[in-house]
Amino acid sequence: MTMSVKRKVLLYLLLTLTACIVFAPTFIALMMSFMTSQEIMTGQIIPSSLSFENYLEVFQRFPLMRYLLNSLVASLLIMLGQLIVASLSAYAFVFIDFKGRDLIFFIFIATMMVPFEASIIPNFHTIRDLNWINSYQGLAVPFFAMAFGTFLLRQNFKQIPKELKEASEIAGIGDFKFFLTVVLPVAKTSLLTLAVYGFLTSWNMYLWPLLATTDDRYRTVQFGLRQLQSQEQLNEWGIIMAGAIIVVIPTLILLFLGQKKLQQGLTEGALK
Amino acid sequence: MKDTAVILSDEKQIDVFKAVKKQKLVRFLKGMLFLMPSIVLFSLFLFYPLGRTIYLSFFLTDGSGDPTVFVGWENYLNLFTSPIFLKSLRATFLFVLYTVPGTILVSLFLAILANEKLKGIGIFRTMYASTMGISVAAASVFWMFLFHPTIGWLNQILQALGFNSIGWLTDPQWALLAVSISTIWMNLGFTFLIMLGGLQSIDRYLYESADIDGASYFYQLRRITLPMLSPTLFFVITVTFINAFQTFGQIDMLTRGGPQNETQLIVYSIYQEAFMNYQFGPASAQAIFLFIVILLLTLIQFKLGERKVHYQ
Repeated sequence: MTMSVKRKVLLYLLLTLTACIVFAPTFIALMMSFMTSQEIMTGQIIPSSLSFENYLEVFQRFPLMRYLLNSLVASLLIMLGQLIVASLSAYAFVFIDFKGRDLIFFIFIATMMVPFEASIIPNFHTIRDLNWINSYQGLAVPFFAMAFGTFLLRQNFKQIPKELKEASEIAGIGDFKFFLTVVLPVAKTSLLTLAVYGFLTSWNMYLWPLLATTDDRYRTVQFGLRQLQSQEQLNEWGIIMAGAIIVVIPTLILLFLGQKKLQQGLTEGALK
Repeated sequence: MKDTAVILSDEKQIDVFKAVKKQKLVRFLKGMLFLMPSIVLFSLFLFYPLGRTIYLSFFLTDGSGDPTVFVGWENYLNLFTSPIFLKSLRATFLFVLYTVPGTILVSLFLAILANEKLKGIGIFRTMYASTMGISVAAASVFWMFLFHPTIGWLNQILQALGFNSIGWLTDPQWALLAVSISTIWMNLGFTFLIMLGGLQSIDRYLYESADIDGASYFYQLRRITLPMLSPTLFFVITVTFINAFQTFGQIDMLTRGGPQNETQLIVYSIYQEAFMNYQFGPASAQAIFLFIVILLLTLIQFKLGERKVHYQ
């Protein structure tokens, strides 16, 4: 299909314009993170020199390193937990035919209608009573079970031929071994998609870490940003932006690497 | 199974039944074993807390969250006579009204643009999707600056164009709109990615035959693209709706519910009531209200969606 030159020019124009607008907030923040306060006050757009002063400053003044580490540990924990729990459930829904399966599946669907915010008060009390305030398990365990991830993997497991399961049964291979040695390797890409998605959402979590931690030793980066923003009396924007850029770099890299897979995975999980 | 059963003696027949029954039991136990982690976790962190929230909503509690006085429906009745909660409801509905259509229209436009087969389109796609990788807290910091009364870009641009500057986050007239604009931006990346996926799964053949018939670009958009995209649109609308009702981070970072409670969205209101005022009973009533709204919305959309949506 060929396209007229006029139409091409128009499209590129629209694409460039919209991309500039969408990307502007991020771009401005990135530029500001290299600027001195004076440059920011005078409304410069491009920094006069590439100075990492703000980055050094933000690490010195805030326990940002600790926050980054906490976020990393909590996000990895949630990611792994979700992968294990969701893949086990998805396996049961696809490969084990038992009475009551449909009912349980319906209950799984129903869980999607309960917003976490609606049950956050007792959850906070549960974590407190377990003595899990200020702990990694307190940050992570409430998010291990996940209907969306189960659906996504169920979709993928369904594509594995039933004959394979029958053959393995005849060969005397148990369910758990079949799950580990056949199903998981085949579903590698879906697992990866879910992992990326789980990591992204956990890294960006805001309300729960705010409640479940009170001690700097367990605070996460999102709380760090809140602290950075409220303590710096809005004058040292360069430092604040440097902090924000550090926080978004891991997720942006992950997104760029996994964009295609993520898009496929999310669309599949959502629509089939 | 039947054929063999006929030639078996009665005793053996019973054995077969027993074996089948046993096999069923084994399968059931196996299934439950695989589902156990999910069931335990859902029970502990979803079903129990939901029940407990309903329970607490009929009580007043002490500071540590234990129920003290049974008050029946009073917490609920108080909600609907409290001017602050009514204001928070109004703010929430306005916020939904701004952000859902805003997010859908903008990301649909971007997805249609980015679905063209052009050189370098990948760069544009990545730029549009980028906001998905930016956390609510970081995005709020970015927008906090853009909304800044004197050095922020938005007011700079307004002034350059000869308008008066606006107190984006401090003027009660503008604060909710400002938060909504930043929220639409935060939502874009995710909705864009999903919609692009939906567009890409539409069969090219449909467009090719429409081209041969000489159908115009906008005719194709209306008669092919939008109907074929309807399951995706439907999903994205539901998700955006639910997200809008659950908004918290940007409110906490940008306005703390102010000015004059104009941006006190429902989750922020729950947070304040529960974790700042320690009024867990009334806060639970609000949480249950939120739950019912989301439940109804999802059910209505499922019902409507079933009829209107065009599935392949």
